[in-house]
Amino acid sequence: MIIGLAHYLAVAAVLFTIGVFGIFVNRKNVIVILMSIELILLAVNINLVAFSRHLNEVSGQILAMFVLTVAAAEAAVGLAILVTFFRNRGDIAVDDASVMKG
Amino acid sequence: MLELFNHPAAPEAIIAIAALVLLPVGAFVGNARAALISFLGILVLVAAAIVAGSNQLGVLFNGAFVHDDFAAFAKVAIFLASAVAIYLGHGWLARRDDEKFEFPVLIMLAALGMSMMVSAGDLISLYIGVELQSLALYVLAAFRRDEAKASEAGLKYFVLGALSSGILLYGVSLIYGFTGSLQFADISAAVAGGAGTGAVFGLVFLICGLAFKVSAAPFHMWTPDVYEGAPTPMVAFFAAAPKLAAMVLFARAMDAGFLGAQAQWSQVLMVIAAISFVVGAVGGLVQKNIKRLLAYSSIANIGYAILGIAAGTQMGLQAMLVFMVLYMVDVTAFFAVIMALQRNGQEMDTIESLRGLKREKPGKAIVLTILSLSVLGMPPFSGFWAKYYVFKAAIGAGLWPIAVAGLVASVVAAFYYLRIIKVMWFDEPVSPAGPSRAGPSWVAMAGAAFSFPLVLVALYWLDPLARHAAAAFGLQ
Repeated sequence: MIIGLAHYLAVAAVLFTIGVFGIFVNRKNVIVILMSIELILLAVNINLVAFSRHLNEVSGQILAMFVLTVAAAEAAVGLAILVTFFRNRGDIAVDDASVMKG
Repeated sequence: MLELFNHPAAPEAIIAIAALVLLPVGAFVGNARAALISFLGILVLVAAAIVAGSNQLGVLFNGAFVHDDFAAFAKVAIFLASAVAIYLGHGWLARRDDEKFEFPVLIMLAALGMSMMVSAGDLISLYIGVELQSLALYVLAAFRRDEAKASEAGLKYFVLGALSSGILLYGVSLIYGFTGSLQFADISAAVAGGAGTGAVFGLVFLICGLAFKVSAAPFHMWTPDVYEGAPTPMVAFFAAAPKLAAMVLFARAMDAGFLGAQAQWSQVLMVIAAISFVVGAVGGLVQKNIKRLLAYSSIANIGYAILGIAAGTQMGLQAMLVFMVLYMVDVTAFFAVIMALQRNGQEMDTIESLRGLKREKPGKAIVLTILSLSVLGMPPFSGFWAKYYVFKAAIGAGLWPIAVAGLVASVVAAFYYLRIIKVMWFDEPVSPAGPSRAGPSWVAMAGAAFSFPLVLVALYWLDPLARHAAAAFGLQ
């Protein structure tokens, strides 16, 4: 079997879906949400690199490098906010994030 | 030397360099001198606004950065709004003895991200601009880090913002795969004869991601919580400049990149606008907190701006620009009043707490009344003219069913603005006012004066400027 573009897109779509569900279904831990966000961004990177290879065009891979960099910055900011949240609450359960309704 | 300021990317360079210099300077002089950093930040942003309004237009970095009339108009508005945000926020933090030099630097970085957004000529600079702006805004939302509410608002904003960036990026990857390029110019050529299924799929993801950023329904769920929990001056900032930047980016992505798929995105935008009207008008009816109320108000108002883009005409874009600028002035002034209202050291942020305001602070009650009437869309205040432009453009493009929905929504929403006025003028005060350390509200007074009668003078300039800016895409 030859692994073609469609296989990569399918894997990326599955990872993306798992990531989105991880954010909405998860009720336990904010760290899991951060991991789900990483999963979404990596799914996008698989898409970009697969398309870039398929189209024989390099700009998709360049965007993938940018996405990796921004993902690192995003995780840093997210964890910093999480630390302030933990200091105020002593817990990082998602259910606790409900001083405000909604 | 002077020709450097004429360079198309000069405003961005000024802000980037200034932010990078002010950050270590602030770290050395410490929070005690935060006022100096804030002052310099305001100066830099005003200078950048002047440069952005007068420098040479052009396309840089192989089309990744576009400085055209459309971008220049938005940049001037964004930089000025950011400068006002630093002024308001600094005063507010100083009254709480919580000045931090990071605050002006973060606003400048957010302004830099926004100006990248409005100049985005390809999907890479679109993503980088959005992220630079968003990362600064997440930190601003959680800026009062000892407050449980603020850190919760920051966390919610971060999680949903990161999700929306992911969705936007997934759309970008599909658009790249099915059109073969990341540049708006090439994408536009690829979809000129109508977009294929894959590209439309990607476009819908891109629209969802952008709708998150402008807090249009059904992607608005973060807005009420973030508005309620984040510190008031930060919310005043979130509600103004970032919304304009995201709307301009929205317009550019649609009109520069996907003009060939207009039939498809126009429908999606109409649905988003209609849902925003309903959610914004109905959701606001039951709110007790003014900041939450303004969140629903902003959801409804962003619907009008999206309606301007959905029209797909030059007149629609002009209407969007005029609407957003007038709305930015109104909403900034509205938050400035709330920041200037205090009772016994507590922010008066519930509608209940405004009872009998006319006795305690008649000046602020008048200002708040004018602004409420303006946001509600009562002629002759600025909110009326903003909506007038949008409805004219929407009806001109044949979108009258959605325009009627918008009209009905603004009648429903009138209830909650009128309730604020009723509570202030006709209800008995709850308790006598204690000593307050509220600041001057001249920004609020200036905003009220702008919403009437200065708006008539302003429109005299704003109308041709916005028309000129909207002509950048060569639509009809």
